[in-house]
Amino acid sequence: MSEALLSVRDVSVEFTNYGIAAPVLRGVSLDVPAHTQVALVGESGSGKTVTMKAIMGLLRDPPARITAGQILYDGRDLLTMPPAERLKLRGTSMSMVFQDPMSSLNPVFTIADQLGTILKYADRRLGRGRSRRERMERVHEVLAQVRMRDPERVAASYPIMLSGGMRQRVLIAMALLSEPKLLIADEPGTALDVTTQAQILKLLKDLVTERGLALLMITHNLGVVRETSSYVYVMSRGQVVEHRPTADLFAAPREEYTRALIAAVPRLTGGMRLGTAEARP
Amino acid sequence: MSRPMLEVVDLSKTFPIRNAFGRRSGDVKAVDRVSFRVERGQVYGLAGESGSGKSTIARMIMGLTEPTGGNILLDGHNIAGSSRSREHRGKVQMVFQNPGSSLNPRRTAGQSIAVPLVAHGHSRADRARRIAELLEMVQLPADFAQRFPHELSGGQKQRVAIARALAMSPQLVVLDEPTSALDVSVQARIIDLLVDLGRELGLTFLFISHDLSLMRNFAQVVGVLYLGRIVESGPTASVFGNPQHDYTRLLLASVPVISAEEEAMRPVVPLINGEIPTAEQLIGLGRTRDAADTSIKGA
Ligand SMILES: Nc1ncnc2c1ncn2[C@@H]1O[C@H](COP(=O)(O)OP(=O)(O)OP(=O)(O)O)[C@@H](O)[C@H]1O
Ligand SMILES: Nc1ncnc2c1ncn2[C@@H]1O[C@H](COP(=O)(O)OP(=O)(O)OP(=O)(O)O)[C@@H](O)[C@H]1O
Ligand SMILES: [Mg+2]
Ligand SMILES: [Mg+2]
Repeated sequence: MSEALLSVRDVSVEFTNYGIAAPVLRGVSLDVPAHTQVALVGESGSGKTVTMKAIMGLLRDPPARITAGQILYDGRDLLTMPPAERLKLRGTSMSMVFQDPMSSLNPVFTIADQLGTILKYADRRLGRGRSRRERMERVHEVLAQVRMRDPERVAASYPIMLSGGMRQRVLIAMALLSEPKLLIADEPGTALDVTTQAQILKLLKDLVTERGLALLMITHNLGVVRETSSYVYVMSRGQVVEHRPTADLFAAPREEYTRALIAAVPRLTGGMRLGTAEARP
Repeated sequence: MSRPMLEVVDLSKTFPIRNAFGRRSGDVKAVDRVSFRVERGQVYGLAGESGSGKSTIARMIMGLTEPTGGNILLDGHNIAGSSRSREHRGKVQMVFQNPGSSLNPRRTAGQSIAVPLVAHGHSRADRARRIAELLEMVQLPADFAQRFPHELSGGQKQRVAIARALAMSPQLVVLDEPTSALDVSVQARIIDLLVDLGRELGLTFLFISHDLSLMRNFAQVVGVLYLGRIVESGPTASVFGNPQHDYTRLLLASVPVISAEEEAMRPVVPLINGEIPTAEQLIGLGRTRDAADTSIKGA
């Protein structure tokens, strides 16, 4: 049996602006099983974030419209499920980390207020009770888990007082608060130094192997893909163009597009030819 | 040697920490007596831990944050303490770390790019031409000029921010994680473009990035920040090839790579319980070890 926790099947999405409909996803399919870390890579504008928003039910209609397909979560189609039920899943069983941290942080509340509130609602949806003090303990605990040097200070800060990487870790902490089964993370390591990134990736990996988390990670960093995920989907222009076990993909990329992507990765050993913008295709 | 494009001397910035009641309960030393110089036409890379003060340094150079100590000399002129003059704005431009919040949500991409052009009195026709030219440079279709930020992907927003920074042909461009949201093939082209522009127009870049592989290829000189201080600096090839400070070694040891050849180049750091140590652990280890006079072996 290969029943994946999340199964996206032939999903198409179009955006209508000024009366003109443009397809952005064209029949995207992908599976994310429990206990597995899956990577989604692809060029800028290829539809990765839109795919994540479709799964999470965050596309605004209009201008976006899901025109075809199914999104099965635990065997049930999210697209036909009553909205109230779907809402209950989001932020409890299904969690996400956005590409743009400021868009999910409220500038006028402290981090402690925001994480505390999220935890309170998640608890309420799950019918769980926790005192304010217990909630704050959990907030500090998760902030420490995402390698904040000074969780107490971070908790008392407003978003503007944090660095780019600190905000990104706050978002990861936010997603982990309610111990989700499925986590979709959109570029979760881009604002982190490689050492902190390695520790965060390790934390996520442990959740995958020990708690059975199903993790879909959207990233541009092929090094991260190679070192953390076991399966890769490659997107281009709204379609999945190649999907393989990670090791196979790096050993022998099939598509021209994937080969070009791997060839463009800057190497730690140096020697990249630069200053040839004219000459490049 | 000629006058450097940028010279930062003993620069410091301290932020007050306030408790839940708004009372000052301590300080964060975000930037702690940092000095470095960037020659004209050079690409200077600034790497370091998340929260080590990189963006704060960038904001002080832009005149957006007041330093608590030290000086910033831009083309020989002291800018610390003075507010942003028109001249300063013409000379320095910045690509901010977070394209999502640095673009005005109520302006189209074209309007955002045009802001500095309007301020400098370019005609409408002139602006339209320049916008089209800049969008092409950053590999976006011309009709994207009409799009609002929420209609763009992460990498598309980032490219609009780069186009905006290049609009006025500045002398110094501060790039704070300019390509973090771009796939590697677009990134390669944008970096190519920057290198070309650098050569043609003699631009100088301060390049802040967590992508050390990219830094290795783009920057000639690097500085490594840790807890608000520069712990190591020098020509990129020698810092990467033979890192001296424990923190630099740790950073290089953690770079995710895609080939065995690069794996071999990463320095070896001692594992703690079978895992790569945190910076505090490693540097703590370094202190106890210095006493015992042994050293970490590089690969
Ligand atoms: N509201 C919208 N109206 C019109 N087009 C949109 C809208 N939102 C997104 N798009 C377009 O849909 C395409 C896919 O966007 P998406 O954000 O999914 O890209 P992505 O793969 O996440 O790219 P990146 O790596 O740059 O973040 C892009 O070309 C984008 O311009
Ligand atoms: N306005 C502010 N008020 C209080 N503290 C601040 C403020 N701005 C920055 N800081 C603190 O200064 C330190 C340095 O932040 P900075 O943004 O310069 O880091 P960075 O090196 O750019 O990190 P990253 O790589 O994560 O972007 C952080 O501890 C941050 O919390
Ligand atoms: Mg995206
Ligand atoms: Mg920063």
